[in-house]
Formats: sequence, C-alpha cells, structure tokens
Amino acid sequence: MTLSVETLQAGYGRTRILKDVSIPAMTAGSFVGLIGPNAAGKSTLFKSLAGLVTPTAGRITLGGDDITHLPRRDRVRRIAYMPQAYGCNALLTVFETVLLALKQTTGWRVQGDNLDRVADTLSALGLSHLADRGIADLSGGQAQMVAVAQTIVRAPEVILLDEPTSALDLHHQLSILTSVRSEMQRRQPVIMAALHDLNLAAKFCDRLVLLRAGEVLADGTPADILALPEIGETYRVDTDLEHTRRGALYVDARLPAAASAA
Amino acid sequence: MSVELTADQMRQAYASQVARRYGMIAAVAGLLALSFFLDVATGPGHYPLSTVAEVLADPLSHGVRLKVIVWDYRLPVAVTAVLVGALLAVAGAQMQTILNNPLAEPFTLGVSAAASFGASLAIVLGVSVIPAVGPLLVTTNAFVFALATCGIILFATRLKGVGSETMILFGIAIFFTFSALLALMQYMASEDQIARIVFWMMGSLSRASWEKIGLATLLLAVAIPFSLYRTWPMTALRMGEATAESMGVDVARLRVEMLICISLLAATAVSFVGTVGFVGLVGPHIARLLVGEDQRYFVPLSALVGALVLSLTSLISKSITPGIIYPIGIITSLIGVPVFISIILSTRREKLS
Repeated sequence: MTLSVETLQAGYGRTRILKDVSIPAMTAGSFVGLIGPNAAGKSTLFKSLAGLVTPTAGRITLGGDDITHLPRRDRVRRIAYMPQAYGCNALLTVFETVLLALKQTTGWRVQGDNLDRVADTLSALGLSHLADRGIADLSGGQAQMVAVAQTIVRAPEVILLDEPTSALDLHHQLSILTSVRSEMQRRQPVIMAALHDLNLAAKFCDRLVLLRAGEVLADGTPADILALPEIGETYRVDTDLEHTRRGALYVDARLPAAASAA
Repeated sequence: MSVELTADQMRQAYASQVARRYGMIAAVAGLLALSFFLDVATGPGHYPLSTVAEVLADPLSHGVRLKVIVWDYRLPVAVTAVLVGALLAVAGAQMQTILNNPLAEPFTLGVSAAASFGASLAIVLGVSVIPAVGPLLVTTNAFVFALATCGIILFATRLKGVGSETMILFGIAIFFTFSALLALMQYMASEDQIARIVFWMMGSLSRASWEKIGLATLLLAVAIPFSLYRTWPMTALRMGEATAESMGVDVARLRVEMLICISLLAATAVSFVGTVGFVGLVGPHIARLLVGEDQRYFVPLSALVGALVLSLTSLISKSITPGIIYPIGIITSLIGVPVFISIILSTRREKLS
C-alpha cells in the first residue's frame, strides 16, 4: 500500500495554500515527518488528504486507486486524520470516546468485535487503566493519547497526525511517538505527522518532507534533510547538524546574528 | 503506578456501565409512571387512588361522571404534561449538542418569546398568519412564529463563518426583539386582552386536547427514532467540530437536520402550552449527569426526565392550594432557577480546572 501526492493544489476560497505539492511513494510501514514553519500548508495538506479540503488540481493515489475525489464516507475508512488538539468537556469515558470513533464507520449496533477492538487499542497504547475515566478529567498528554487511540482504532491504511506532540511534556512527546511507531510496526499503515520539533522528527521519522509556502522544498532521509542549508533559511534561524555521543542527530538552532542583535 | 486492565476487564466495565444506564432509564420511567398516575388522581373532587385506577382500566366502571372527569378532563392534561415535557427536553438536548452550549434551549434562544408574540398578535389584533384557522388562531400563530424563529436560527447557521457562539448571540437578539414586540402588543391591548396574553404566556396545560396529543405523539415518534439513527455522529460532535469532521461527520448537514427536527418539536410544544422555561434546560442536564452523553441513552433519558419534570409540575400546580391550578410556567421557572444557577457554577468550575 503506497500513498502518493502528485502536483496537488488546494486552498480556501481564492487563497491558494498548496501551490504545487508532490510527495511520491510513501510506503506502508513508514513514518513520514512533515516539517516546515507555521502557515507552510501542513494542515491544509492533511485536510486535502482527509477530504476536508477539495484540491483544485493534482492527484492523490492510495494503493493504485485515485482517491483525490473519493467521498468522505469512503475515505474515512481508509484514512484517519487527527486534527490539532482542542479541549473537550463531554461527559464521556475514554472507552466511549474510542468506541464512538470506531462506530462512525461500522454500523449502528455495538457488536462484541467493536468492543474487542477498542479494548485492544487502549491496551496497545497503555491506556487501559484510563478506560473508565471521564475524557474531561484527563491531562493534556492523556487526552492527546486518546485522540491517537481514536485514529488507530479504525485500523486505517493511512494515519495523519497534525502536531501530535505540541503542548505536551517531554515524557508524553516521546510516549506518543513511540506508540505511533509501534502501531506502524504492528499494522503497517502509512503514517504522516506534522512536527515542529526537528530533533523529535529526526528521532522517529524514516523520511522528512520540508514544506514552505505551499511547496515541497526538500524530501529525503532525516540525515540528508536536516543537513540542508534550506532548513535554516526556512525557519529563519542558523542551524548546525550534529551527532550526539549516542549517535542521534541533533539540530543546533539559534537566531541569526543580525536578528539577535536587533 | 496505575494497574493496566485486561481486555476482558475493560469489556466487563463497559457492560456494567451500559447496564447501569438502562437501569437509570428504567428508574426514571418508573418514576414518570408514578407521577403520571398521581397527576391523574389529583384534582378538585377527591377520589381514592384505587377508584381512579379502575376508571383508567375500564372507563365506565364507576359511572359516566367519573369517566368524564378522568378521561375527558384529567387524562388529556396529564398526557400533555408528559408529551410536552419530552418534546421540550429532546429539543433542548439536541440544541445543546449541536450548539455545543449547555445553556441552549427553546426558551433561551427566543423561540418561546416569538411564540408569545405570535399568540399576542392573534389575541390583540386578531391577525392570523394562516387564514381560516378559526378557534386554533392563537395556537397556529404561536406555532408559525416559533417555527419562523427556528428558521432564522437555521438560516444563520448556513452563513459562512458563523460558529455556535454567534448562533447563541443571535438567539438572544431574537429573544429581546420579540420581547419588545410583545411589550408593544400589550401596550396596545385592552385590559381583557392583556389578561389573556399574560395567561397564555404563563403556560397552562388546560388547553390540552386529544388532537394536540395525537400530533405531539406523532412528532415524538418521528423525532426520537431519528435522533437515535443519528446517534453516533451526534455523539462525535460532542468531541468538538474539528474532531467530528475528521471522523467523517458532515457537521453542517447534521446541524441542519437536527435544527429542523428541533424546530418542529419546540414550536409544537410552545404553541400548545405557552411559555414553559427550563424544562428544555433541566431535562437534558439531569439526563447528562445520570448517563453521560452517549446519545443512545442521553436522548431517551432527556425525554423521560423532561416528561417527569413537567408531570411533577402539573401535580404540584394542583396540590399547592386545593381548588387552584397555578400556571405551570411559574412553577417550572421556580424549580428551574436553582438548577440554572448550579449549571452556571459548575461550568465555571470546569473552566477553572
């Protein structure tokens, strides 16, 4: 199963956000990190893939099928999209929240198989002890983890995560991305995540796509991409790519001399 | 460190939760049955409960006089209380869900005020928006204005960039507009007409009739199954609009469908009994506390709690002073105010934490 984006254009009204985005051959069981500054078009790209924004040109293919204009109802069975987190004060338990995500595509009646899938998902993400807890009582990290559970419970072919680690502490950042990677190994979906932290992106992703102003600026392995001078230009910082003593990539970023003097 | 549960333990916990919810629904249904029976059994002219029960089972068992009292006077009122309570509470529950606001209900969004204006228009000027309705002039006018107000709110949701907050503000604007128009009507009215308007607005179950009951039953028989059919998208909407959309819910369409449903329920309820505030607020709020917001349980229980509240109100309205039936609108509001305040306080606490 391969996801490909070909010369995609999209926007809102007359504002064009995605000018020309091509991301070829994202293979099953790989973790693609989408990086780039705010307003680069990361969310719009996800929404186009999820069918919430209609592309004006270009093509999206999944496993050989052209899904550019696949209706939303059919699309949500194949592609799960997790939008950026918002608070939620519903009186629902964690178990119910994950169940309702599954029930959007699996018929009206709750069947035993549905409950098994919810329980499996919660166990896989280490959330089983929260199953009975109210969603409004969770910490930010736990709530984000539940949002991830809502996407993977549907066992989709593609998982799109829009800034899954923003506003989380270090422990939860690592545990979310570790869970996502283990899901990737378990069921082999294509995973795309928009990430702001380049070091996290380097640590967890197999491939990075650098987006700027609605265009793909670079696409390749973390080691190649993070070494490019474009990284510094795009984020308007000075960067050096270093290797830590344990062999991990480390992006050392600072404000350019001119900017910090000002 | 918290202990992880096995899949079986999670399933069992969920199953017992579901069982508790059915238990809650059954308990409220039982209370409603009791309240309904006491409502029928109460009134000027004291008859033993057993006699009333026998007349209910066999209309002519105690003669024609009792048949008329129970079947023609008391029963329509008691049934109307149950049905209108359910209509208002289901409308309130769905408004709260689609507008993501715990304070939304037909009353706070101006539907009742519009209906009152429609009624006063009929009382004062004898103006009908639909010709040749005869004795149903007041009811029809109230209905049309209530429905039109829902239509305006519905139209507002279709405008681009109008979120749920704007819709609430819109409702408040409608409320004040119709309140002002109503005051104008009262200013122009004669003393006798003012008395009729005031009486209409206070809300009364005495306008009950079997035809109205039939219509209300029909509406509920359509609305509740329809809500249940849309139960999963509606529950998803409680996760927030963006999350619901990401799950494949067509939020805009769902809002329109539900608003049409709500409009009919609210307009019917208000035009039948006048201004009855807080049932649409209190019913869903109590239901939510009892069974949470899985709409499969929340909507039916809201209906039952709303029915129970109005049925109890009907009972209380007859019991305070023997021989006098107080307008139900007054009593629901007096019961409603403490609940209203507790909602405001609990929402504040949620935001603080």
